[in-house]
Amino acid sequence: MSSEIVNAVAVLGGLGVFCGGILGVVSRFFGVKEDPRVEAVLGLLPGINCGACGFAGCADYARAIVMQKAPPNMCAPGGNAVVEALAGFLGVKAELRERQVAIVLCHGGRQEARRKFAYNGVADCAAAALVAGGDKACAYGCLGLGSCARVCPVNAVEITANGLAVVHPELCIGCGKCVKACPRQLIRLVPESAEFHILCRNKDRGPAVRKVCSVGCIGCTLCAKAAPDACKMEGALAVMDYVKPLADAAVAAKCPQKIIVRRSGRREEASACA
Amino acid sequence: MEKYILLILGAVLVNNFVLTRFLGICPFLGVSKNIPTALGMCVAVIFVMTCGSAVTWTVSRFLLEPAGLFGIDLTYLQTIVFILVIAAFVQVVEIFLRKFSPQLYQALGIFLPLITTNCAVLGVAVLNIQKQYNLPEAVVFGFGAAVGFSLALLIFTGLREKIARAQPPKAFQGPALALVTAGLLSLAFMGFAALIKM
Repeated sequence: MSSEIVNAVAVLGGLGVFCGGILGVVSRFFGVKEDPRVEAVLGLLPGINCGACGFAGCADYARAIVMQKAPPNMCAPGGNAVVEALAGFLGVKAELRERQVAIVLCHGGRQEARRKFAYNGVADCAAAALVAGGDKACAYGCLGLGSCARVCPVNAVEITANGLAVVHPELCIGCGKCVKACPRQLIRLVPESAEFHILCRNKDRGPAVRKVCSVGCIGCTLCAKAAPDACKMEGALAVMDYVKPLADAAVAAKCPQKIIVRRSGRREEASACA
Repeated sequence: MEKYILLILGAVLVNNFVLTRFLGICPFLGVSKNIPTALGMCVAVIFVMTCGSAVTWTVSRFLLEPAGLFGIDLTYLQTIVFILVIAAFVQVVEIFLRKFSPQLYQALGIFLPLITTNCAVLGVAVLNIQKQYNLPEAVVFGFGAAVGFSLALLIFTGLREKIARAQPPKAFQGPALALVTAGLLSLAFMGFAALIKM
């Protein structure tokens, strides 16, 4: 009996050592050394594998950088600190880009926006949008079922009690996953320094907007007249031009619907979520 | 010659590894989303199963059986030894591929290491011993089994691609319809059962 145990251990152990030996020899003579720079570049990247750079994870992007197939400034979550570190390591001059954060351009939650019917289906925005265009009377508004929140790799999207998705800019890494997830195309990436945002995407005219939501853009053009550089009219909808965003609180206060909201980059978020 | 043809036909159609023996279901469902990745998996499986048959048969014959090198019956170690040998073999192949054919290495990608723990590969090794094949028979059977796996995988992938485009109802999308399809395909392959008496 005991000899069987000894036999089994000896054979299996021997075989293991033998196979290990073969593997060792083979990799010693035939192994391909990974470029050590890839490892170093990988160490500089944030390592959250969000895919914002367009590559399949940080390791893939690191390989592309080393092989000079990709510029070092594509990492959104890393921001300029990572870009500078990478550029320093590679000895190239990188173009710095301003940090981008996502924002949900809708302000009409359950209290403000009317509902057409009670949606009782799968808790997913894309699914809800398939049912007669969603339960929200406004065909452009946030459905609040959290499809964006679920794809966010850093949990920066909150679904408020009011049934509205809100991005916390101080947590956002700008990977753009929520932008793709939103069936209403309500989310966009904006520069972190932009202070004021027009939180409505309803393209309908004033009376139609008023019927469905109490905080929709009615196209009164007050903001566009007060700050023509920043606020542009697209038909009956005022849109912020983020090339030169609004910085004047007085103009924001002019909005009769109170949808020009202050929500900038890193600093404050409490008032925005209220 | 006729024996080998029958072996291949039997492994491909009558006792298809995936659809009749239900081995290798994981990659069957996992990598059947589009044809190119499925093809990569097929090539990797055919290669590993054919060579793996030869390696495991040799190990079993010359190490584990009483008539082998040690002169004692070690067949009770079969499963664990096969896993060890297959894993080592796949690793060696991977290293060689990376050195000599980076393109093929890139194409096979993650599938090669995945195959290490594929039950179809282990299944063919065990079946070779159970059916008391000799070395050429074992290799041919391994090749046939892998071709059968590839055939099933490619048919299934083609079906899934078409189904995905047909926009089935939400409740049926994804794994639900994939499993229904797999079941129907398996039923269809039962039609081959009377083709050869094994």
